[in-house]
Parts: sequence; structure tokens; C-alpha cells
Amino acid sequence: MPKVPGMIKGLGVTFGEMVNTLKPSGGPVTVQYPHEKEEPTARARGVIALHEENCTACMLCSRECPDWCIYIEAHKTLAPPRREGGKPRQVNDLDRFSIDYSLCMYCGICVEVCPFEALFWSPEYEYSEVRIADLLHDKDRLGEWMETVPDFEPYEAGSEAKVKKVPRP
Amino acid sequence: MNTVLALDLAYWQETSIKVLVVAILVPTTALILGIVFLFKVMSWMQSRLGPQEAGPRGLLQLLADGVKFLQKEDLVPDRADRIVFKMAPMIVLISTVLLYVIIPAGPDLIVEDLPTGIFFALAVSSLSVIGILMAGWASANKYSLMGGLRAAGQLIAYELPMVLAVVGVVIQAGTLSMQGIVLAQANGEIFGFSGFGNPFILTQFVGFFIFLAAVQAELTQAPFDMPVAESEIVGGYQVEYSGFRFLFFFLGEFATAFAFAAITSVLFLGGWYVPFVDPTSDLQNYLGPIVLFGKIMFVSFLIFWFRFTYPRFREDQLQTFAWKFLIPLSLVNILATAVLKVVF
Amino acid sequence: MTVTDSQKLAYVAAQAADARVNLEFETDDGMTLNMGPQHPATHGTLRIIAKLDGEQVVSCEPLPGYMHRGYEKLCEVRTYPQVTALVNRIDWLGSFANEVPFILAAEELMGIEAPPRAQHIRTILFELSRVANISLFLGDLGIQLGGLTIGFYAFRDREHVLNQIEAVTGGRFHPNFDRIGGLKDDLPKGWIAETHTAMQKLRDFCNQAEDLLIGNEIFQARTRGVGIIPPEVALSYGLSGPNLRGSGVEWDLRKHACPKGLAYDKVDWKVWTHPDGDSFSRCWIRLQETREATKIVDQLLDTIPAGPVMAKVPRIIKVPEGEAYVETENPLGAMGYYVVSKGDLVPFRVKIRSASFNNVSIVPWVTRGVLVPDVISILASLYFILGDIDR
Repeated sequence: MPKVPGMIKGLGVTFGEMVNTLKPSGGPVTVQYPHEKEEPTARARGVIALHEENCTACMLCSRECPDWCIYIEAHKTLAPPRREGGKPRQVNDLDRFSIDYSLCMYCGICVEVCPFEALFWSPEYEYSEVRIADLLHDKDRLGEWMETVPDFEPYEAGSEAKVKKVPRP
Repeated sequence: MNTVLALDLAYWQETSIKVLVVAILVPTTALILGIVFLFKVMSWMQSRLGPQEAGPRGLLQLLADGVKFLQKEDLVPDRADRIVFKMAPMIVLISTVLLYVIIPAGPDLIVEDLPTGIFFALAVSSLSVIGILMAGWASANKYSLMGGLRAAGQLIAYELPMVLAVVGVVIQAGTLSMQGIVLAQANGEIFGFSGFGNPFILTQFVGFFIFLAAVQAELTQAPFDMPVAESEIVGGYQVEYSGFRFLFFFLGEFATAFAFAAITSVLFLGGWYVPFVDPTSDLQNYLGPIVLFGKIMFVSFLIFWFRFTYPRFREDQLQTFAWKFLIPLSLVNILATAVLKVVF
Repeated sequence: MTVTDSQKLAYVAAQAADARVNLEFETDDGMTLNMGPQHPATHGTLRIIAKLDGEQVVSCEPLPGYMHRGYEKLCEVRTYPQVTALVNRIDWLGSFANEVPFILAAEELMGIEAPPRAQHIRTILFELSRVANISLFLGDLGIQLGGLTIGFYAFRDREHVLNQIEAVTGGRFHPNFDRIGGLKDDLPKGWIAETHTAMQKLRDFCNQAEDLLIGNEIFQARTRGVGIIPPEVALSYGLSGPNLRGSGVEWDLRKHACPKGLAYDKVDWKVWTHPDGDSFSRCWIRLQETREATKIVDQLLDTIPAGPVMAKVPRIIKVPEGEAYVETENPLGAMGYYVVSKGDLVPFRVKIRSASFNNVSIVPWVTRGVLVPDVISILASLYFILGDIDR
């Protein structure tokens, strides 16, 4: 069988692709956004969500952020003692926790570095705004993103890591 | 014309109707080819669906593009030669419109059945070279200059194989007029079977291949699109044109593609002839355009299929291909055709 | 104007092109064509000043620097995790591959070795980034030379690899996954099977690229015999990666000088070379390397050892004093990081040896006397990424 010249094979490739796209079982590879949407994976870094109860305003995330896009303000209050007859504890009360998504580079250092697991990744990506100032998400909005945080997936066989839990209300 | 409309028209009335038809036909055909091939077929070959939003399933996209081009600012570069710059797209468009004069869509549906039909077509299609050179020179831009010079070399080089390929057909048909060529194919026989006529592609397959290659080069489509090498000189001679001037170039390119596809189907595939129907009957006037349209779509599919698949030739390889391969091949084709015509 | 020195001439021509003064130095060398920073043929903002005699190039000088982002200076004021996040963006197509040499250098300074599972998965992701990068090269090659279709196929099939990278790391283009002492997280369930499927699809794409582009006679006419680089010249200019192997020099850092921390010695694979040294050989080698990378990933996926994915590392990373240089075989060539530490939270100095900077330095030598379309073909086959040149 003589070798089919490359030019003919090339024609065959494009014709085959065309037939593939038109076949009902094949279809195009594109997704007609915004009518249909693709599902990002569970770990996709879409937006950061804040679980306020865990946050102690230790400022680690704000310090480690390469872009300095996290703004935290807190004041100290006295919380009731854990046991009867104990001393009141000094805790930080969160006043302001905002992330500026116009600066954020979605590196994930803040989520990783938080010692109290107050920050979580969510695959939500449709939050574009008309004004740049609206890209500053405050504490309440970050709390709303918690609903979209998926559960952590189980790991592959052979892994020794433990699956973490996402705090749900 | 008179038999179709069953009216007795004065010469000026007839001419003005023909002018109107051609004036509407030229942008419409460019539109149809552009939508079907440039947007849809190209998209399907690339695993996507193409434009979807403008019009039903995106079919009015080119119309929207046309409107967009029309409402753009009319820019002329500062150092450009204004008159030449503005005239260049006109000349390209004029040569395209003139091509539509000799395309037969039925036994009576032709603007003017010139006795030297195909010769006129080839002569008139060379006018666009002047337009392209004018565009390249007058743009005061080194990229356009390079594109224009490449275009001049390429288009002139590929005129010859086109003419020589047609000579084979003319020898076999015995006439230069387009209607004559269609009738020669319609009345011919394949080994005594006269139902399908004798489309010249069966005997002139070499000529068909040469003509297609030359048409591809005349339209500056890949693999011969050095003059408009998009990733090198970014549009070549068209780079300084915007708005409706660019629209003229664009329309010119696609309308010429339609016209050349029509000429190819007339020369090699039998034109408006429907098999098993008498070529002189009135029915042909209604079936002919549809059949011709189908054949044009087929030939255009071939042209655009090659365009989307192949990378482009380098300029010197282009010229080598034309002068050292296509022209000797077409000369051999003419010789063989002439000998066989006399023998059989 | 009495400039006689050709270097001075080039300088004045550049100044003139900057000031948009159309000076034609026609007496000397020919027309000056400025393939400016915005051009479809240069992969990014590379400026090339070409002096043409008709269609022939008399001299061709690349002027990088339009995308300089100051990485080495930035690294002096960022902590090690922050540097890892930034460094993803140098060669933005081979995303994970940028982090690896830096992390390996830091691990060498700290004296930490990542556990075997982490080394294995690191190598898998390294090869995945190679597949992603070079499959885009094949698509881009078609776009440069006129066959647009293969570009679309490349983007379509690259999605499979990017989806796999996203499933593990969370980011398609900027994974930010490597950490000193291992990796950030482990593999999610089902990833291994999906990646096997993705690799098969990439192999199909390579076959398609071969049919549509590499095997095409027109493509071969454009690239064979064009831009021949003899091996001595390649070595003297510091070329690396497929550009070097395209000239017949068998040198692959993964086999001949693999740094500690990657698992290449556990896999059975082949180094591809080609004796010709022209554009075609470089393109052909990259196609074969993509196939080889898919096979490496398949072998690695089946032999991942069980275990932890992160070694014992202190919470706040302070790297002890010292200096380390680690070079790895990135998709574009040999990329190296020279990390100098003074015992701080931030590195004292990071010098990034990027492959594309050396690859692009050979352009004046190799484009002497070629035609303008050949310049495009040579640039396409040398394959540099502007982020890598300018950092």
C-alpha cells in the first residue's frame, strides 16, 4: 500500500472533524455560554469564602497575601469564661474583613496559611461587576459565599491525607 | 431574457434589469459564500459552531458585519496617495462585477452571451492585479508594499496556468462562448450513453486540477495566500484599509470566489445542465440556476477545504510551483487534448 | 548621515523607528522593517528590527524587554510561598514547570527531601505541563504558517490536560501547588483514571497534528533546510531543550543531570534527537517529545507509591544561609534558579536563567540571508515565550 501523501491525509482530518461536529453524537467541543455552562472542578479557585465563627483576626492571611488585598479590622472584647468562676477571656471581635478581588491573584496563600480554617475556596466565578469598587467583597458577602463551597473530595488510594470538613450552619 | 419574462422589452429596459440583478447578486453571493464557508464550514472543521447570536443560528452574522463596516470612520493614512488609495478597492470590485456578465444560469439567463465568453472572463479577472498593486503602493506602509509586490508576482504567475487549462476545455468544446461550452457538454456522450451529457471533468481532470489550483492562487487563498499572510504581514495590501473600503476588498474576494466557482462548474461540471432534461426546453430556465448553485457550492467547498487545511507556500516555492510544474503540465494537457480530439 | 559602524546604524534605526521617523537607510543595507511589539508572529511583545534587501533579510535583531516585570527584584521582597505563587507566571503555558526548579533549590538549601509520593506526583505534574505547553506549540506552529485549523485542535485537546491540572491544584494556568518539602494537597479520587483518558486523547491529537501539519508536504517545504543551526553554534549560544536536540546534541537534563526531587529515574523513556538542525527537526522533536511525555505520565500514574505528600516542615519557612542553583528541563528548555539566602524569610537574590532568552539570542545569527517568510518559520520553530525572555 503506497504511502498516502500527507496533503491528502490532512484533508481527511479536517473533513472528519467537520463530520464529527455535525453528527448528533459528536457535536462541537465548545459550550454555548451563557446558555450552557461548564462545571468547574471542586477544587477550582473561584472565590474565597469566610466562615466568621472560626476567624480570630490573627492577621496571618492579610500579612501573607502577596498583593495585600485583605483588609482586616478587629477590636478586643471580653468573652464570657468557659467554666463557672473563671476569668473572662480576651477575644478579637471582627469588625471588617474585606477581600479586594480586583487585586487578588487567586494564589490561595491566605486559605492555606489560616491556622483556624476560616477561609475556603469555592468554584463560583460569575461575580463580575460594572464598577471596580464593587469588587471589594465585605464580610457579609464573603459569608454568603460559604453556601457555594463544595465538600472536600476523598483522596486517591495510597494517600495518607485526611479529608477535611467544611463547617456548615 | 424575453422568453423568460414573456415580455417584449426595449434594449435599455432589458439592460437596466440585468444591471440591477447583477448589482444585487454580487454582494448577495459574497454574503452567502462568506456565511456558509468562512463562518460555518470553517467552524465545523474546527470543532465549533461558529457565530450563533446574530440571526437564526448565526446566519445573519455577515450582514451585521457589513453594517458594522459601513458605519466606521473613513481613515486614509497621512502619507498615502489619496486618489490611488481610494480608487484601489473600486478597481478590484469592478473586475469582480464584470465577471458576472458571462455566467450562464440557464439557456436564456445570461447577461450577455459573448462569443468570446471565457476569454473575456480571463481578461477581466486580471484587472484586479492592478487594483491590488495600487492598494499596496498607495498605503505608505512597508507591510502593504511587500504584500502588494508579492500579490503582483503571484497573480501574474498564476494567470498562465489558468488560461492554459481553459484551452484544453475550449479545444474539446470547440467554442469560446459559455453557453456553447455548456451545450457541448450537454449534448456529449460518455461511451455512447447520452443521459448525463459529457462533463469535461472526466476527460479534463488534469485541467480541472490545474484550474482549481490557479483559481486558489488568483483568490489569494491558502495555500497561496502570501500576499495576505495574516500572521506575517498582517493583511498585506489590505492592512491600511478599514470601514467600507475593506468591505469592498472583502466583497470582491468572496464574490470573485463565487464567480470563479461558477466558471469552474460551467467549464468542467456541465453548468446549468440538468441530466435527462432537454437542454433547449424552458424548464431549464427554472432548474438551471438551482443546479448551477449546487455545483458552485461543491466547487467552493473544495476551494475552502484546501484553504482551511494547508499552511501557506513561501513566495519562491509558489512561483516554482506555477512555472516549473503547472505550466508544463498544462502544456502537456493541451497537446494530449488536441491529439485525442483529432483522433476521436 | 555618516554612520559607518553597523551597530551604530542599527541603534540609530531603532531610535528612528521609535520616533516614527521614516528614515530609509537605502544606501547601506536596505529597507528597515520593524516587526513591532504588536505582531501576530512573535509570541508576545517581541520587537524585531529587520533590514531587508527586497525579500531577503540582511540583518535581523530582536529587541526584548517590552514585557519585563521585574521578577528578580520582586523576589527579593517576597517570602518563599509568595515567590512560588509569582513564579508561575514566567512561562505561563508550562505553568507548574516554573515552580519546580525554585522549590528544588529551596529544598536543597534547607536540606529537606520530599517524600517519594510527592516526588512522583511532582514529576507527573511536570510532565503534564510539558504536554500542555508543547501541544500549544503545535497549534501555534500551524497558525504561524497559515494552517489555522490545527490551532483550534490544539486548544481543544489541551483542555483535557488543563482540566486535569485544575482537578488537582485548583488552577488551570497558575497551579501554585509545589511547596518546600512536598506538595500542597493530594490527588482527588478518580484522578488517575481520568488522566489516563486525557493522555490517550493527547496522543490522538499528536497523530492528528502529524497528519495535518508535520506530515504535510507544504509544511515540510517551508521548514526543511530552513534555519540550520550546527551543534557547535547551538552549544555556544546556550540553546537548550528541543532546539539543542534538534541539532543532534543528545543532552536532556532529565536524563543526564536530573536534580534530586524528581522521579525520572523510575521511568523507562527515550531522548529524541534529530541530526538535521533545521526548523523541521525542532518541530518534529517537539511532537515526539509530547508523545513521550504522555507515555511517561502513563507509567508514572500506575506506580505512585503510597505515603505522605508533605515532609515535616516548620510553619514559618526560614531558609538557612547558602546558595543553590538548580536547573531542570522545562518545556521550553533548561530553566534554572540561583537562590541566595541570608537566613531570612525572603531570599536575598534569585537569578532566573530562562530558556527562551538564550533561544532568542540566536535569531540574528540564524536569520542571515533568509527570506522574510523563513524568519517567521524560524521564530515559530525556536518557540520562545515572552514572559520567559523578559521575566
